[in-house]
Amino acid sequence: MRTDLPGERHEWLDDDAGPVVRPYTLTGGRVRSCADGFDLVAYVLAKPNPDLAAYPELHPEHRLLVELAGRGTPVVELAADLDLAVGVVRVLLGDLLSRGLVAVQQPPRATYLPDNDILKAVVDGLRAL
Amino acid sequence: MDSVRYDADRRGRRVPIALKILIAGGFGAGKTTLVSALSEVRPLQTEEILTGAGVDTDDISGVETKSTTTVAMDFGRITINDDLQLYLFGTPGQDRFWFLWDELAFGALGAVVLADTRRLADCFPSIDYFEQRGVPFVVGVNCFDGSQRFSLEAVRQALDLDPDVPMVLCDARDRQSGKSVLISLVEHVARQRGEAVSAV
Repeated sequence: MRTDLPGERHEWLDDDAGPVVRPYTLTGGRVRSCADGFDLVAYVLAKPNPDLAAYPELHPEHRLLVELAGRGTPVVELAADLDLAVGVVRVLLGDLLSRGLVAVQQPPRATYLPDNDILKAVVDGLRAL
Repeated sequence: MDSVRYDADRRGRRVPIALKILIAGGFGAGKTTLVSALSEVRPLQTEEILTGAGVDTDDISGVETKSTTTVAMDFGRITINDDLQLYLFGTPGQDRFWFLWDELAFGALGAVVLADTRRLADCFPSIDYFEQRGVPFVVGVNCFDGSQRFSLEAVRQALDLDPDVPMVLCDARDRQSGKSVLISLVEHVARQRGEAVSAV
């Protein structure tokens, strides 16, 4: 869907690389989240009954994120639901986290592999599907 | 399933544990097909942003004019139970997008490397990647059109695989077949930890 390439040629820009976008417009140019640790499968949980009216600076996308995270939703699903790049969603989630509007539940790490009960539950669950 | 721990947030709402499994292999090896066959929802797509500079710095000047582009990642979900979900991520197929893999691989339970015997060498980089990082993986030999051209042993030799890395024949289009591949991966992970989970 790309039309004219803006500016100089760039090594990333070709047909395999997808459309040229300006994804960070929504974040005001910020490319880093103010909080680390939004793993792709980290669960984001919105604060119950948040008073979003108290935060007029938030974008509609912020508000949608809070709504979607009401039941607890992984970062990657939030990005897919909003049709936004993961990097952009992380910046927006950082804004919400710093305002106490969401909490983040990290997944288990490689250094803390799921215990054997969990692995067994996965195997049993897959067999039962 | 009371033996499975779950996490609860401060307000007592339970969220499942989400485990990542990567689906890797060369371009056209069937990664997206396998994710589609296994996912309980229509496979979703998300994008990660590629940008020449700026991501690694806090200097945002000029970002508004910077050309960026995105790489799509396919992912799917399998709900095991109320407390456990598997997320399957199809890895970007091109070598130059592999910097995305480090994030995908971080904390992953393990990986499935899909091998296409017509282009076996295409999966070498995936195998190297997981071997070097100590990510447990299994090799699924995707039998396109039901044809099996080589024996598993011949493929194992060609891939120079460690003897303990499981290899399974599979059909990436078939859900049952895909499930078997995932089961062999999880059993492999458990064996590596010295705790066999299989009663079979």
